[in-house]
Amino acid sequence: MSTHTLSVLVENKPGVLARIAGLFSRRGFNIDSLAVGPTEHPEVSRMTIVVSVDESPLEQVTKQLNKLVEVLKIVELDDRDSVERELLLIKVKADTESRGQVLDAVQLFRAKVVDVAPDAVTIEVTGNAAKLRDFLAVLEPFGIRELVQSGMVAIGRGSRSITERTLRPVQVPVAAAHVIPS
Amino acid sequence: MTDHRLDRDGVASTGESITGAQSLIQSLESAGAENIFGIPGGAILPAYDPLFDSRIRHILVRHEQGAGHAAQGYAAATGKVGVCMATSGPGATNLVTPLADAHMDSVPLVAITGQVGASMIGTDAFQEADIRGITMPITKHNFLVTDPATIPRVIAEAFHIASTGRPGPVLVDIAKSALQAQTTYAWPTELHLPGYRPVTRPHSKQIREATRLILASRRPVLYVGGGVIRSRADKELRTLAELTGMPVVTTLMARGAFPDSHPQHLGMPGMHGTVAAVAALQKSDLMISLGARFDDRVTGNLDSFAPDAKVIHADIDPAEIGKNRVADVPIVGDAREVIADLIVALQAEQDNGNTGDYEEWVRFLSGVKAKYPVGYDAPTDGGLAPQYVIERLSAITGPEAIYASGVGQHQMWATHFVKFEHPNTWLNSGGLGTMGYAVPAAMGAKVGCPDTTVWAIDGDGCFQMTNQELATCTIEGIPIKVAIINNESLGMVRQWQTLFYEGRYSNTDLQSKRVPDFVKLAEAYGAVGLSCEKPGDVDATIAKAMEINDVPVVVDFRVERDAMVWPMVAAGSSNNDIKYARDLAPDFEEDDI
Repeated sequence: MSTHTLSVLVENKPGVLARIAGLFSRRGFNIDSLAVGPTEHPEVSRMTIVVSVDESPLEQVTKQLNKLVEVLKIVELDDRDSVERELLLIKVKADTESRGQVLDAVQLFRAKVVDVAPDAVTIEVTGNAAKLRDFLAVLEPFGIRELVQSGMVAIGRGSRSITERTLRPVQVPVAAAHVIPS
Repeated sequence: MTDHRLDRDGVASTGESITGAQSLIQSLESAGAENIFGIPGGAILPAYDPLFDSRIRHILVRHEQGAGHAAQGYAAATGKVGVCMATSGPGATNLVTPLADAHMDSVPLVAITGQVGASMIGTDAFQEADIRGITMPITKHNFLVTDPATIPRVIAEAFHIASTGRPGPVLVDIAKSALQAQTTYAWPTELHLPGYRPVTRPHSKQIREATRLILASRRPVLYVGGGVIRSRADKELRTLAELTGMPVVTTLMARGAFPDSHPQHLGMPGMHGTVAAVAALQKSDLMISLGARFDDRVTGNLDSFAPDAKVIHADIDPAEIGKNRVADVPIVGDAREVIADLIVALQAEQDNGNTGDYEEWVRFLSGVKAKYPVGYDAPTDGGLAPQYVIERLSAITGPEAIYASGVGQHQMWATHFVKFEHPNTWLNSGGLGTMGYAVPAAMGAKVGCPDTTVWAIDGDGCFQMTNQELATCTIEGIPIKVAIINNESLGMVRQWQTLFYEGRYSNTDLQSKRVPDFVKLAEAYGAVGLSCEKPGDVDATIAKAMEINDVPVVVDFRVERDAMVWPMVAAGSSNNDIKYARDLAPDFEEDDI
């Protein structure tokens, strides 16, 4: 099994997330991570879904996703050709003795302290999965009190946009038999 | 006449203030709905008031499941969108089985359900059920409407989605508050569905590649599925088959897509398929799948299914291609357009003198077909063979009639022993396997085709699941005919118990020759009840049933209990291990080609 990152553009309508989550679960696919948010088009949302599957089931899940009426476009992002980021907020024990070392780690990883208490600091850090894993390993010895992590978001490198042309209207003529009643 | 102006959004608007309920009924009329099967209740009640004055015929059923299956039968027989209506909560949940059934068998259906008022949603209100959430996995699409202004657009979208691409059920859940609110009616002239673009035109490169494989193959077979019926491609299929001489097998969902009387037709493949059809797939070097989905009931054990065959897989749903079996030539497109393009390409090749050489293959299969016809042994004690009843029913009624069946032994016997010549004459629950489908589906078909004889061939188990719709049939003047193949058992389960559970008949004995009395039951419903238990009486009984055309007829055919469905490939086994009859394997391996 290998990890794949799917960018899924969907209509920004209620229930879309439930449809997609339900499809993954009923067809037996596990979602490693999921992030949803708005795009530059207010009527389009973008989901970044990370799944661990083989090539052939991945094709099946992509085809099944494409069948959902509210799914506009699915692009698989290659990790070598895209920027991937996750956000981590982490509360670490830091007393007067250890605080200096913690702050050193924050500097090294270009992280940021966003809250301070007498015996702990809360740190914000972004990066790809490997960087966050390394950062956590460094902080582990100080004592991690609480941790929250976002799903991965990713975007392709270069100037091309996957959202271009998705909203190109396709007008479906209503069948001629559908006459307006008098 | 009301004045219809096109406003800025490209919609025809009447401008006058009406209720959401009126807008719903007007929208259903505009969408072309002629019949609705349903039952009113609290949340949908506002819609039933304008429906009272509508030109749409509403057929008041006795159970919402009956409404759903009736809409399915109507759709499957006519090719039009079937419509059913129910109230919130239990009304809506009773539609779940028919929706799942329509989803599996690609039946165009629109289900309208009432929902509690918008402000009550999520409060566990009386008769509240999240039917949109419940039906997400079993509908092609579904909607929850709380804004009355969106009703016409949603109904137009629902009919469009249900009937185009791969057809399927669409549920529209409408809050009672939206039905009661004031709105204006505006029927859209354009739909904006940016995520819904079904591909119907096949790619010419794939057609060329398919043509090349067809001409190069020596043992090709046309594996025809329900998509050919849904896309009305039966004439094109016949042209293609006759142009090339390729043998044809039709799946359970495709019976009638190709005439049973045609010499190239080998019958149905699969778990209970004919030996010739199973052999044709199994020994082919090229399978041309048209609107079929490699269901496990056709393939048996996938690893050993048609091991030497290359696969051309044409389907309107890209997700079906490569799902169960890798396709060498995938073709996304509507079956009729795919076949039409193949005909043009193959005809052009033929004009240049390029034809396939299938002579030896056809001769081999004709031999198998002649050697292993579908047959049965009549009981020696003078009892009634179920297969005989169905054989006679088909012979007397003829191929112009519509036959609906339930699920089980009688379904398999019907598919083999009714001689189908036309598409849309065989209605059954193939994918979901819903017992109880036959009576309401026959009712729906009869509403859609009032001048056609409609037989429900049902089992005694199935019949007892939905026979309440006989009341609907009698009262609404829908004179269907029901042949109960009464073996007083859940016959197919019993057959498996015979074969795989040492004859331990756990809970399959329905005792339906004793309870209920089907003749009295029919009479209680205002239908004519007939009974038959001797082979000598079968023809006269059927003839009598055929004479009655003003009320429903129910015939209790009291058949022998131990008849089994053959041929059979045991679940999960290889198709190579097909048994022609119990412990009897065909020896077509010997005269291998």
